[in-house]
Amino acid sequence: MKKIPYYPGCTLKTTGKNFEDSAIATAKVLGLKLLEIDRWNCCGTVTSLTQDDLIHHIASVRNFIRVQEMNERGEVDDYRLLTLCSMCYNTLKSVSNVMQERPDDLDKINNFMDREEDYKGGVTVVHLLELIREMGFDEIKSKVKKSLGKLKVSPYYGCTLLRPKEVALDDPEVPTIMEDLLNAIGVDVIDSPKKSMCCGSYQTVRNPKTVVRLGYEIIESARKRGAEALVTSCPLCAFNLDDRQKEIKLEHPDFERMPVFYFTQLTALAFGLKKDVNNFDLNFTDPRPLLKKKKI
Amino acid sequence: MAKEKNIMEKIAHANQSVTKGIDPKDVKHWAKIYIMGKVYEVPADLTIMQAMEYAGYRFIHSCGCRAGFCGACSTIYRMKGEYKLQTAMACQTRVECGMYLVQLPFSPAEKPIYSVTKEPYEGNSFLKYFPEIARCVSCNTCTKACPQDLEVMDYVQAALRGDFQRVAELSFDCIQCGMCALRCPAEIVQYNVSQFGRVMYGRNGFPENKALKKVVKATEKGEYKKDFKNLLGLNMKQSKEAYKKQQATKAKFLKGGKK
Amino acid sequence: MSKKIIEITDEGNAFLEKVNELSGQVVTLCDQCGTCSGCCPMAEEMDITPSQINRMVQLGQVEVLDLEAIWLCASCFTCTVRCPRGLDPSKICESLRQMTLRKAIDYMDIRDISEKEMRRLPQIAIVSAFRKFTG
Repeated sequence: MKKIPYYPGCTLKTTGKNFEDSAIATAKVLGLKLLEIDRWNCCGTVTSLTQDDLIHHIASVRNFIRVQEMNERGEVDDYRLLTLCSMCYNTLKSVSNVMQERPDDLDKINNFMDREEDYKGGVTVVHLLELIREMGFDEIKSKVKKSLGKLKVSPYYGCTLLRPKEVALDDPEVPTIMEDLLNAIGVDVIDSPKKSMCCGSYQTVRNPKTVVRLGYEIIESARKRGAEALVTSCPLCAFNLDDRQKEIKLEHPDFERMPVFYFTQLTALAFGLKKDVNNFDLNFTDPRPLLKKKKI
Repeated sequence: MAKEKNIMEKIAHANQSVTKGIDPKDVKHWAKIYIMGKVYEVPADLTIMQAMEYAGYRFIHSCGCRAGFCGACSTIYRMKGEYKLQTAMACQTRVECGMYLVQLPFSPAEKPIYSVTKEPYEGNSFLKYFPEIARCVSCNTCTKACPQDLEVMDYVQAALRGDFQRVAELSFDCIQCGMCALRCPAEIVQYNVSQFGRVMYGRNGFPENKALKKVVKATEKGEYKKDFKNLLGLNMKQSKEAYKKQQATKAKFLKGGKK
Repeated sequence: MSKKIIEITDEGNAFLEKVNELSGQVVTLCDQCGTCSGCCPMAEEMDITPSQINRMVQLGQVEVLDLEAIWLCASCFTCTVRCPRGLDPSKICESLRQMTLRKAIDYMDIRDISEKEMRRLPQIAIVSAFRKFTG
């Protein structure tokens, strides 16, 4: 088993537990052991975009120091930092880039954090999807035990995996990484033009109405093309597209619920893993009736 | 006093200089400190609190148990020539030469009202009562400010992900002095967060102690009434002996022997 | 339609300079093609569009700070990847928000979120909203 430092993020410990459990189980099948970094803290979930705002980078840098310590102790085989949550991925990777590009600012941050070892730079951030692509999708194909052939799903990338360019894990305009994975596990992939349109993100706190509008557009666009479910890798997209269906239903009475999966829930299904890793109770729209209908 | 026996006596001796007055000739070492900018020479073995009293201050606030438990005597200081702002409990810290210090009598904070019995034991409860914890930038200032050396930032982070046990364990020694809250750039009131964490964990998460339950039941039945009566009737000498005996039994028990 | 000549005041110029400095962008590079406004998923709710925000900054119109549009940006970076001039409008919006937040004026009161919502929302939503909307 290859050990890799793993940053879960706050949401994966609460509302996104289904994502974490299914991802750990999936990774295990692929020969990866996710070693949770100790004393991790919230990464900040969004990067600060102003030039002089360094204090908001500290949270991420502190996590890099933990990874650095882990690497120095030789506990892991892969020195990259693995994340699952798209927002954490985006934030950590952006900060990693900023620290690489602006050594003066890194010095300032190191001086500020006088109780920590200095961050020397060089921690790279990687998403589980990228690791899967590295292994090759044929490898995935060989592990599939259960056919999900009849399930029609549409991948939903959201923003943070693809934008801005410097942190994108695939082409920002024509991504294929999720399609490739879903094809490999034998799902019927439905393409939707709104797969990388923003779901409203944190506006869900202040302006839920906007999120309802965007969610409705995204879901209906996928449904029109035949999708029966969406697949995502972001717990906030999952909240906005899944939990907020309650509000969508209030706005559009003839709206029908559509389940939203995390991509790891589908891989866990395809690999024939124990059902409890998927924790479908935590999916707001229960996908089990759909799976039952499809005899999965 | 040439022969100093133990710490308690040292403290009692130092206290005399405040309560009864002391002949400056008897003081071997002096420390120069600055209280709110004004310079004072004080005997060097005093605590900050004693030193201030020696200097003529009278505490009607910022002072409580004088034993390091109540958290009322928060002090902030800087040493001459240093940039670091440090914190201390005035009753627990000796003065040092070149201290610039001031007492902080109070940290303004409203404690939200919650019902420990009715509140569901779930992760997002922290955010419901203390949404500001989501503003934490992990700057670690709170941890640096804590005179109890707690890992304050770590428990705020644990609260954010709803980990009651970690909050309770990391914050167990909190005396609610309020230093963290005064220094926090995100305006979090950490000590209220941790108190919520501890009471919730204590009620819902902490494993039940069967032995304790048994003793409580026995006490309620009145099984120890006689023992208590005996204990209260002892004179000074007898109670000292009883205490020694109890300590010996405890030591034996802790070593692994039976009582 | 009658033409109006807009004069850029010293105060306006200073404002433009400040936005350039905070965002690390050269806002005057924007040539008003409107791509950002076309792809912005929030434009429908905004009182002015992203390219109009850029224009107001170019002209040094400080009133842009009072508009709702800068707060509706969800930092989705769609405009960032599509801008033909290589500008990052999300950074421009962020610096405008920061200009208000740094005066200790918050866009939202964190106590306004109802208890029910607070229980439902995932942490990433709350943390990111507070980072964007409170100073």
